[in-house]
Amino acid sequence: MSDATPTDVGTAGPLTPVLTDTWDAERSWTLAAYERKGGYRALDVALGMAPDDVIAAVKDSGLRGRGGAGFPTGMKWSFIPQDNPKPKYLVVNADESEPGTCKDIPLMMASPHTLVEGVVIASYAIRAHRAFIYVRGEVVHVIRRVQAAVAEAYAAGHLGSDIHGSGYDLEVVVHAGAGAYICGEETALLEGLEGRRGQPRLRPPFPAVAGLYASPTVINNVESIASVPAIIGRGAAWFSSLGTEKSKGFGIFSLSGHVERPGAYEAPLGITLRELIDLAGGVRAGHGLKFWTPGGSSTPILTAEHLDVPLDFEGVGAAGSMLGTRALQVFDETVSVVRCVLRWTEFYKHESCGKCTPCREGTWWLVQILTRLDRGQGQPGDVEQLLDLCDNILGRSFCALGDGATSPITSAIRYFREEFEAGMHTASTELFPPAASTAFAPVGAGAGAGR
Amino acid sequence: MLPETTIAELREIASRYPEARSGLLPMLHLVQSVEGRVTPEGIEACAEVLGISAAEVSGVATFYTMYKRRPVGEHLVGVCTTTLCAVMGGDAIFERLSEHLGVGNDETTADGRVTLERIECNAACDYAPVMTVNWEFVDQQTPESAVELVDDLRAGRERHSTRGPRLGTWKETERVLAGFPDGRADEGPAAGAPSLAGLTIARERGWTAPPSPDGPAALGPSSAAGQPETALAAAEEADTARAESETLQEETDE
Amino acid sequence: MTAVDPVRADVELVTVTIDGVSVQVPKDTLVIRAAEQIGVAIPRFCDHPLLAPAGACRQCLVDVPDAGNGRGFPKPQASCTLPVADGMVVSTQLTSEVADKAQQGVMELLLVNHPLDCPVCDKGGECPLQNQAMSNGRGESRFAAGGGVKRTFPKPINLSPQVLLDRERCIVCQRCTRFAAEIAGDPFIALVERGARQQIGIAEDAPFLSYFAGNTIQICPVGALTSESYRFRSRPFDLVSTPSVAEHDACGAAIRVDHRRGRVMRRLAGDDPAVNQEWITDKDRFAFAYATQPDRLTYPRIREDGELRPASWPEAFAVAARGLAAAIGAGGVGVLPGGRLTAEDAYAYAKLARVSLGTHDVDFRARPLSAEETGFLTSHVALRREVEYDDLATAGTVVLVGLEPEDEAGTLFLRLRDAVRHAGLRVLTVAPFLSRGSGKLDATLVRAIPGREAEALAAAELADLPAGAIVLAGERLATSPGALTAVAALVERTGARLAWVPRRAGDRGAIEAGCLPTLLPGGRPVADAGARVDVATGWGVDHLPEQPGRDADAIVAAAASGDLGALLVGGVDPLDTADPAAFLAALDAVPFLVSLELRESEVTRRADVVLPVAPVTDRAGTFVTWEGRPRPFEQVLANPASLPDLRVLAGIADELAALGHGPGLGFRTVEEVRREMTELGPWDGARPALEPVAAPAAGSDERPGVALATWRQLLDDASLQAGDEHLAATARPAVVRVSPTVLAALGEHVELTGDRGSTTLPAEAEPGLPDDVVWVPTRSSGRGVWADLASPGSRVTLKGASR
Repeated sequence: MSDATPTDVGTAGPLTPVLTDTWDAERSWTLAAYERKGGYRALDVALGMAPDDVIAAVKDSGLRGRGGAGFPTGMKWSFIPQDNPKPKYLVVNADESEPGTCKDIPLMMASPHTLVEGVVIASYAIRAHRAFIYVRGEVVHVIRRVQAAVAEAYAAGHLGSDIHGSGYDLEVVVHAGAGAYICGEETALLEGLEGRRGQPRLRPPFPAVAGLYASPTVINNVESIASVPAIIGRGAAWFSSLGTEKSKGFGIFSLSGHVERPGAYEAPLGITLRELIDLAGGVRAGHGLKFWTPGGSSTPILTAEHLDVPLDFEGVGAAGSMLGTRALQVFDETVSVVRCVLRWTEFYKHESCGKCTPCREGTWWLVQILTRLDRGQGQPGDVEQLLDLCDNILGRSFCALGDGATSPITSAIRYFREEFEAGMHTASTELFPPAASTAFAPVGAGAGAGR
Repeated sequence: MLPETTIAELREIASRYPEARSGLLPMLHLVQSVEGRVTPEGIEACAEVLGISAAEVSGVATFYTMYKRRPVGEHLVGVCTTTLCAVMGGDAIFERLSEHLGVGNDETTADGRVTLERIECNAACDYAPVMTVNWEFVDQQTPESAVELVDDLRAGRERHSTRGPRLGTWKETERVLAGFPDGRADEGPAAGAPSLAGLTIARERGWTAPPSPDGPAALGPSSAAGQPETALAAAEEADTARAESETLQEETDE
Repeated sequence: MTAVDPVRADVELVTVTIDGVSVQVPKDTLVIRAAEQIGVAIPRFCDHPLLAPAGACRQCLVDVPDAGNGRGFPKPQASCTLPVADGMVVSTQLTSEVADKAQQGVMELLLVNHPLDCPVCDKGGECPLQNQAMSNGRGESRFAAGGGVKRTFPKPINLSPQVLLDRERCIVCQRCTRFAAEIAGDPFIALVERGARQQIGIAEDAPFLSYFAGNTIQICPVGALTSESYRFRSRPFDLVSTPSVAEHDACGAAIRVDHRRGRVMRRLAGDDPAVNQEWITDKDRFAFAYATQPDRLTYPRIREDGELRPASWPEAFAVAARGLAAAIGAGGVGVLPGGRLTAEDAYAYAKLARVSLGTHDVDFRARPLSAEETGFLTSHVALRREVEYDDLATAGTVVLVGLEPEDEAGTLFLRLRDAVRHAGLRVLTVAPFLSRGSGKLDATLVRAIPGREAEALAAAELADLPAGAIVLAGERLATSPGALTAVAALVERTGARLAWVPRRAGDRGAIEAGCLPTLLPGGRPVADAGARVDVATGWGVDHLPEQPGRDADAIVAAAASGDLGALLVGGVDPLDTADPAAFLAALDAVPFLVSLELRESEVTRRADVVLPVAPVTDRAGTFVTWEGRPRPFEQVLANPASLPDLRVLAGIADELAALGHGPGLGFRTVEEVRREMTELGPWDGARPALEPVAAPAAGSDERPGVALATWRQLLDDASLQAGDEHLAATARPAVVRVSPTVLAALGEHVELTGDRGSTTLPAEAEPGLPDDVVWVPTRSSGRGVWADLASPGSRVTLKGASR
């Protein structure tokens, strides 16, 4: 949504639908619906600006990458060396795979044109004439919608040659991945896009200098790019008026798990989980919050004591975790933290690309220790060994996947060490019967179980 | 040998990219759409079209989990058993389906209709527990609804994705992933209720994003105070250790 | 980028502090190599100085408290991927607890899934993993203590008929795959699967067939890769290692021969940055069993009553001398030493021919040749030494003419590829099509119809060559009329540097040793009176014949027609010669035949005296590379019964001297020959001019059939490759290459018919081939092209065949 003058001005509340604003429109995914809401007008604004001014606007907006790391988007764009004679590329990271994260997928399903418009503006800014949207393969209907949006945009002159009569040309290819969490890592994604095994590349050279086809490349998350039309359309100042001091703007918060109304909540950065859970109707009736992830499974878990932490980069960081992708997975007291940590670790073991020793072998080992703890067959010293192993993996791996694998373990031991210690003698299923945690459990089930 | 038409389509995929090898992932999807799995012949064909070695193609085909070495049934039924979905019922659903179908993970029913698979987080956590059929979402399932779903699939009864079209076959899906649209983009809703949860509340309460103070004003400098001045500062504020060390290295290189 | 070369003055130096020691190294040096400069060995597995950094194993983590900008890295860094920066401070495992714990942690993780089967592992005793586990690892395994379950795989699988992979031992450091992709250009092994299941693999039905595959075994830092030839044969600590030089081509690759109780167990690449870096071909590595075949000759034999019988050395010398002496007066003796000799042996042949047999009828060439080539070798090759391996990196442009380095000079191929990849070398190849090897050099084809290379050499692409360009001419040009004349004209015209690249290890040395009818030792032209006097004086003889002698073809012809009284033949395989039937007929016709050989052959079976000679392992010697670089080597195995050619020839010469023919050779040992060669020194007089030979008239060839292109594949039916069936199984199969059009017309099998017979081979399409050119390998099936199919330069006809 990029219209500068919304027709129905409401009041400012804790929720600020911008990206999600079009999702309830009739056939919202179509060009017609998007244009009815003012779509592709920001593109006109951008094409009337010098590319460097577009970059400056995004810099001024304070937009930080929405894919997890929070690197300033405009600064990333400005790293593209314009004196490099090679072609420049924009690659959209639509490989949304971080457990708990579910914002880019619904965005592309409901409003793919927001992304496409952002792609054109971003490409124009960095002077790319080719852009790629790398969508994870396991979401075929999303791929259909993005493919269709790109086709519509070509037909309407929003893509192709001489876009909007500006003389600017852009080709966009929608590329389906094939099942690899690691391809969310930007250099692994480039490998996948180059038809190789998705294993991260050495840096330097950085993608901004030598990325796709060894050419200057910007890789941005879907939500980052989708935020660009609004920034250009409504102004950098408008964007930066939202959010907190160093975490500007708004974002989609994915609330899942044991809340009454899980879903997508678009709000300025800095909102708290307490506010979000309230909006979502509270924690599952009859239960209480036990632990949660602020930004997906790679971010250290937090507990009820962190309910009022501002969900911005700084606030969550100060609480000992990371904002990540704002993937708020809420677990109530029926849930075994050991079981969850084991399952996450199994995920990392399965998704470890195999390139480096700590991640490849470490996750193999961690799963074995966690499995015996989960079964109540742990051995004395297992908890210390888990922590020592994590210490040998964290910061020793080739990329952040290995680091992420240690986050749930070390943070869960920090808050729930006794549950791990219980794994020396009692299986998690005894302490926390899994049936009580399910979405289809009778209300009140599991109350009284556990510790 | 793959049919000539397939070879031609493989070439067409390769031609979408500045460098042909970029087509490999979609090309392998196309191979699956024709062969029902990644066959040695398919690997050989991709290698031939791209002018790379079969070992290199094989390395790619075995890296990504969507590529199957054994024949897949008419329908690939996935149950998300990553942590959140597992806790919310994915484990129970998988167990029930496995028992009901008499197959384990990555196995196919004797009638060749259904291959059952544990899948990993599919970015639909707010719809947990989530299943997929041929990578179409089937949201908010229960063991009972899951059994009904696979029974319908095995009986050839029409079913629809909860956020997508009428369910086709896995091979048809693979063809879409290869970049050959099937014209079904307009089927299904824009979003399910969870995706609209926040928006619905905002609509009910009349909340919107604040209006733009001065319209499209990206041209002059804004009042974006507190923004980092350097890459290093930006990296320090960025979240991951990775980004930080990168930028340190970058500066060192200068 | 990674090599440290402190002597280069133009290299920008930076100062880093490693473990408190300040060291200056060139900018961009990797920390792991900078540490080596101060004697600090950081443990590593994936790192290899000749491969692109991978950063995969993480064993080499170090602490970097200051990256050179006053700020440290928060986490340990992989020293194999981190370039130094001025002012950088590095703490290795020696001074940093963080680095030490990081390394211990990685080592422990590496062993989680490693089988620890060192007692039965071939690598045990020379295994980097074993060694570093001992030096940098923990005493016991926490993983095993906790009842950890290791990943298992079925035991070894064949990556190729020669190379086996034990996946359990593999630590997926990617050295092998990087070697295959980067160095050899044969990415037929790759990482497959993912995570802990990740392994090295091949595609189904596509084995790791690379001429250089054996190098992966050598650089494997664990016992994951083994060869069929060597596995389970011996323990490293039972082996004695002796440096040597490979005898299989004119490249002079350094090798290391590992032997036990007088038997060679394996050969490894030697480390010689100026020549073969750290790589050798599989032929250099695995082809050594030929010397221990059952048909190896171990004692002299003489013919008596039509049968060969054992004889003592003195008797054999005497019988040989008597027969040769008789022949001197009955038409003379032709000398065919062959192309596998050391320079010292070649010198002995050259001297024996002149001083004892009184003839210039000596020619080392055991392959198709021409008078034009004789002239070219005399005028343009002898004493010319203007190209070295290292020059390839600075040449800018290299023109290959009649040379397929991957097949004919493997080490040169790897050095060319290295220069192409790292130094921007551009390769042009004058050839009938772009071969697989040329493709790996990113070469540009200057198309030449076989036999018409001269025409191609006049092509526009070659009208001008940039300064510094190098022309490498192959031995096959001998049979392309006017081609060598055109090469000479090309270097004259463009100022390019020239080197002639023969196939055999002894060829280049034989030229300067005087094994040509036109050349005396030291590159002295026979036709030059001063040169003759020079040599005659040095040898203490009155004079040398004034007229140049006969070349090998003329010697064979003369022998066949009864004009020669005897032949003295060294290591010549008749099937390699231009006309095998004529060669054998000459052997049959000549009244007296002396053979110096290693193993029984078509020559020894016809000989009157058979004198066994030592294989290269049993003696010292010198090979001269295509560059002209002497590559001396010492004896590997002490075997007193095994005499080098020069000692055998000295024995004959002594007997001839007793019969009044010459003064004898005056030497009996390699050292004595070397001293004499040094004393004689090179010719510093005028070089003869090249007698130009006209190229065939332009226009289409009116003769029926199609032109025949052929060269020898690296691995083929050559006698020095006998005895290793696994190596043989990795050879490229014999196929006929035709254009796609011709393939479509003729089908999957093609019968070729030439002036010597017919051959049927499976056909493969070669898109770059013209319809009127066909390619077959020279010695990969039957008795080879020259015996079974066609004479050099002739044409063949094709038809479809069923098989």
